Amino acid sequence: MKAAAFYDVDGTLVSTNVVHTYAYYAVNVPSLTDKVKRTGSLLASLPFYMVADKVGRKFFNDIFYKNYAGMGEDRLHVLGEELFDRWIRGKMFPDMIDLIKRSRAEGYRQVIVTGALDVMVRPMAKFLEVDDWAANRLEIVDGKATGRLLPPVFAGPEKAAYVRQYAADHGLDLSLCRGYADSGSDIPMLSMVGRPCAVNPDMNLASTANAHDWPIIRTPQKD
Amino acid sequence: MARPQPRITRDANIEFIDEKSGPRFIWHGTRFKEIVLPRGTRVIHPSPPIEPLGNPKAAIRYALQHPEEMDPLFAQLRPGMKLSIAVDDISLPLPPMVLPDIREVILTEILELCGQYGVDDIHIIIATALHRRMTAAEAKRMVGSKIFNQYWPDRFYNHDAEDPDGIVELGVTDHGERVRINRRCVESDLLIYVNINLVPMDGGHKSVTIGLTDYPSLKSHHNPHVMHKCHSYMDPRPERSMLAKVTDRMGKIVDAHMKVFHIETALNSNMYAGPLAFLGKPEFQWSEFDKLKFQTTRAALDRLPEAGRRAIFEQVPSPFGLTGVFAGKTEPVHKKTLERVYAQYAVPVKGQADVLICGIPFISPYNVNSILNPILVQVMALGYLFNMYRGVPLLKKGGVLIISHPCAEDFNRDHHPSYVEFYQRILDHGTNSYDLEKFEAEFAQNPDYIQMYRKGNAYHGVHPFYMWYWGDAGRAHVGQTIIVGAENERAPKRMGWRTARDFESAIDKAKDFLGKSSPDITYLHIPPILVTDVEP
Repeated sequence: MKAAAFYDVDGTLVSTNVVHTYAYYAVNVPSLTDKVKRTGSLLASLPFYMVADKVGRKFFNDIFYKNYAGMGEDRLHVLGEELFDRWIRGKMFPDMIDLIKRSRAEGYRQVIVTGALDVMVRPMAKFLEVDDWAANRLEIVDGKATGRLLPPVFAGPEKAAYVRQYAADHGLDLSLCRGYADSGSDIPMLSMVGRPCAVNPDMNLASTANAHDWPIIRTPQKD
Repeated sequence: MARPQPRITRDANIEFIDEKSGPRFIWHGTRFKEIVLPRGTRVIHPSPPIEPLGNPKAAIRYALQHPEEMDPLFAQLRPGMKLSIAVDDISLPLPPMVLPDIREVILTEILELCGQYGVDDIHIIIATALHRRMTAAEAKRMVGSKIFNQYWPDRFYNHDAEDPDGIVELGVTDHGERVRINRRCVESDLLIYVNINLVPMDGGHKSVTIGLTDYPSLKSHHNPHVMHKCHSYMDPRPERSMLAKVTDRMGKIVDAHMKVFHIETALNSNMYAGPLAFLGKPEFQWSEFDKLKFQTTRAALDRLPEAGRRAIFEQVPSPFGLTGVFAGKTEPVHKKTLERVYAQYAVPVKGQADVLICGIPFISPYNVNSILNPILVQVMALGYLFNMYRGVPLLKKGGVLIISHPCAEDFNRDHHPSYVEFYQRILDHGTNSYDLEKFEAEFAQNPDYIQMYRKGNAYHGVHPFYMWYWGDAGRAHVGQTIIVGAENERAPKRMGWRTARDFESAIDKAKDFLGKSSPDITYLHIPPILVTDVEP
């Protein structure tokens, strides 16, 4: 079959989000002062991030990823593996892991498209044995993160563009492709495929899914 | 005040409308309508409920101790054995019955016996086949708190037809039908199946071979080729129903590999409870107070939104009474059960009708606590109501079926997600099942629908196809279907039906279609249900 299944990550495959990921980094920085500073700053900024996400995912990304400024590249990678093994793997939705297995058995290419960071997505992609993945990457200068994301920044329309380009590059029929996401910001990506599916949708996506007769999967939270 | 004289002219179930007859009520989804029938119209009423057994528990115990062609249940129990008990799902009875549900009563007796004989490896499995999983609350209502608290969810759960390790293939019939059954049941020393027979189609070999199986097995008989050879579903003799013939073949393979202790129950037709009890009587037996209650109920329902009306009906269980309980080997048990079922439902009728009128109520086997979507309206009309006959159909070949229902494009997306796609996409290809069949596998294998079936509360992706096939025999027989009171033209058009604003214009359209100025018109006044024995 010349078709693929595209998956968002946060809220779709796993019950965590980018804030949880950063929190893990923040509490694991080696310097006690830095740890207190980064964790305190994150906690204080949470309401602001919630508002920023409402404004738009791109705006949120521009602000949020500044938190990573100054972190070493090596540390980001090492902690990324550790983060996945210690925490994220246990937060994955078993139902979605089953779905990926079944989808692969049906002949779909498995592709992750996410706004999460590559350092966290890489071990997840390996664990899920997906065919391809695309995630956000931090800009690194002199071995340290600048707090900016390298283009393309995967959020909303960029995910849709990636899906379109991926299908073109691999000769896939988009009308047969599947898409899975949880957020209204992923509606462009879901609209790109012929078989969109909302997973634990937020209000915005649920409303769109109902309006367009997209199936809705609700996974029990694994806590 | 004198009680109105019954206008029964032939027998207890048949009424002919004359100039003195008032309007008759007809179900219209979650509402009632009044229908003024032309003079001479035949109205077929269900029989009143048979007197239920005085002591159901004693009857159950007697059945367990005096089974058909098997040893008594207690003689089959031994410590350390593996026992599975399968129970029918929420699709039976309709509406759900007043508590205690008969399954709870039977399970209580069985589990008590098991306790006495040291059997503790017991699983209770809801035989859902490809129906939606029952929720915890629904399962609790079905078996009662005591059993639920003791067994749910580890030892009391829904059958999962898509569990990769959950099905065992027992064999293939000489006609190539694969017999695949729930692994736990196959690997048990004994399977007890607790069935509810509301209509003659239920029970027999259908219980295990359908209730505990999967898609590759079901497609042996749930297909247009078999459905077109059922005349009717309610006459499960192999020579009349290909479905029964195939499941009988498959059942023999089950019996060769598994020890099945079958328990079947027959219920009476006591569907309406409390303030709605008068609806179970023909209108000519209504008192003035009944008439007032009807008008009040009707007016109240008309003022409520659809969801409110549905919520009210969902809160009113039916006080069905047990009229028979039999246990033992599947075939002799089913034979006895069918006698009891027909004793309640069979209505002798002379002559077929040119025009058959039916109201479609709010409930079907597939929308308990849910919405009767257009595909389900279709299966109620052409799959169930049309098939309520033995021998000859009540409606003449090429006749007109007039039904009453709003047929709104309204779906429960958690219960019927694949129905939405079937309705929106597949019906673009017409209404002929042989043309639609090629899309079946795509729906059956859709990973999203499978996930929603396994982990949510969705009917399996393939289910809307089955509902459509179920209507095939009716679709092939009926010349034209006219729906009265549809909310819009789109849904009836997709079903292949005509619409009419009211019954008068529907009957006029039927006359035009038939080219008859005085067609024989019959109003099948259900529910409660009945099965006609038509003498042509």
